[in-house]
Amino acid sequence: MSIFKKIITALRGGATEAGEAIVDANSTRIFEQEIRDSEKHVTIAKRDLTEVMAKQMQAARELAQLQASIKEHEGYAMQALNQGNEALAIEVAEKIAELETTAAEQQQTNESFLKSADRLKGLIKKSERQLTEYKRQLTMVKTTESVQKATSAITDNFTASNSKLLSAKDSLERIKKKQAMFDDKLKAAEQLASETPDQTLKNKLQEAGIGEQQNSAQSVLDRLKNK
Amino acid sequence: MNIHTIATHLNKLADDTETGFNFDCTPIDGEIDVLQIEIIGREEIPIFVSISDNQILCIAYLWGEDEIKSELKANMMEAMLEMNIPMPLSSFAKVEDKYVVFGALSIHSSLEDIELELVTLSDNSLEVISEMDSYLN
Repeated sequence: MSIFKKIITALRGGATEAGEAIVDANSTRIFEQEIRDSEKHVTIAKRDLTEVMAKQMQAARELAQLQASIKEHEGYAMQALNQGNEALAIEVAEKIAELETTAAEQQQTNESFLKSADRLKGLIKKSERQLTEYKRQLTMVKTTESVQKATSAITDNFTASNSKLLSAKDSLERIKKKQAMFDDKLKAAEQLASETPDQTLKNKLQEAGIGEQQNSAQSVLDRLKNK
Repeated sequence: MNIHTIATHLNKLADDTETGFNFDCTPIDGEIDVLQIEIIGREEIPIFVSISDNQILCIAYLWGEDEIKSELKANMMEAMLEMNIPMPLSSFAKVEDKYVVFGALSIHSSLEDIELELVTLSDNSLEVISEMDSYLN
């Protein structure tokens, strides 16, 4: 059964009592072991791959040397033939045949190393994919457990502190009221700041035309006319 | 990152907050560490933060199964699914018989990121309750 299904089944089945694990501790341990094993496989495979690639490079170099040597000897054989020295030409030809056999063997070795490297690369990719998958599954199990434990701690805390959980609507209502109260207070404070008693009396006197009046264009004009 | 680092950061923000909110943090004892964070003025809907191996989980509890008008439950769930992507940073979930909004952050998140997450989660939870009002008792 996939971990996802296990979690859903456990939650639906009511394995939500405090302390009851979604996936038993044993499964978690098995997962962790599988992750460690996969990691080990990847490390070993990577080391093997390095070795195989080094050997393959060596084989390729030797093959190139053999092929160069074959070419070289072919030249010698031609020269011997041109000189009419058949006996020497045959001797060189024998050497060439020998070199060709070794080259064919080397070719095979080289190909086998290449195949091994490909196989190892495939294996590493597969193991790494598996590793990612195991880690993802382990995260799911651990997160589910952690949320469960957190929920149980939160619930215990509420019970212990005797706090009553309000309904969502009541909570929102209270928060809105507090916000409105805060806004009102802010407004009141602003109003209060602009309404000191002195200020209020002055305003009232001014409105009644008593006391010092503000200079208006009309009053300036009147004053000038009276001069 | 652990809950005490978060609590210390949020508690000492006071007037230096960039989000404009003040926080009150209380650690809750239990098998795993949980931090109860109250945003001042919004104490009724606290946010709970817990930290696991690779992520920081912030959860706000919305309403219980018993608060839903049963005949409208399917409609409510559809509305929640539709709202899930547009809602910034948070997602809906259900923990036991409670509907929640939550945000998951990387363990490597900065304290500023966490502060933003908490404020956004709080804004979202108020907005969600307000929007889903007609489905609730």
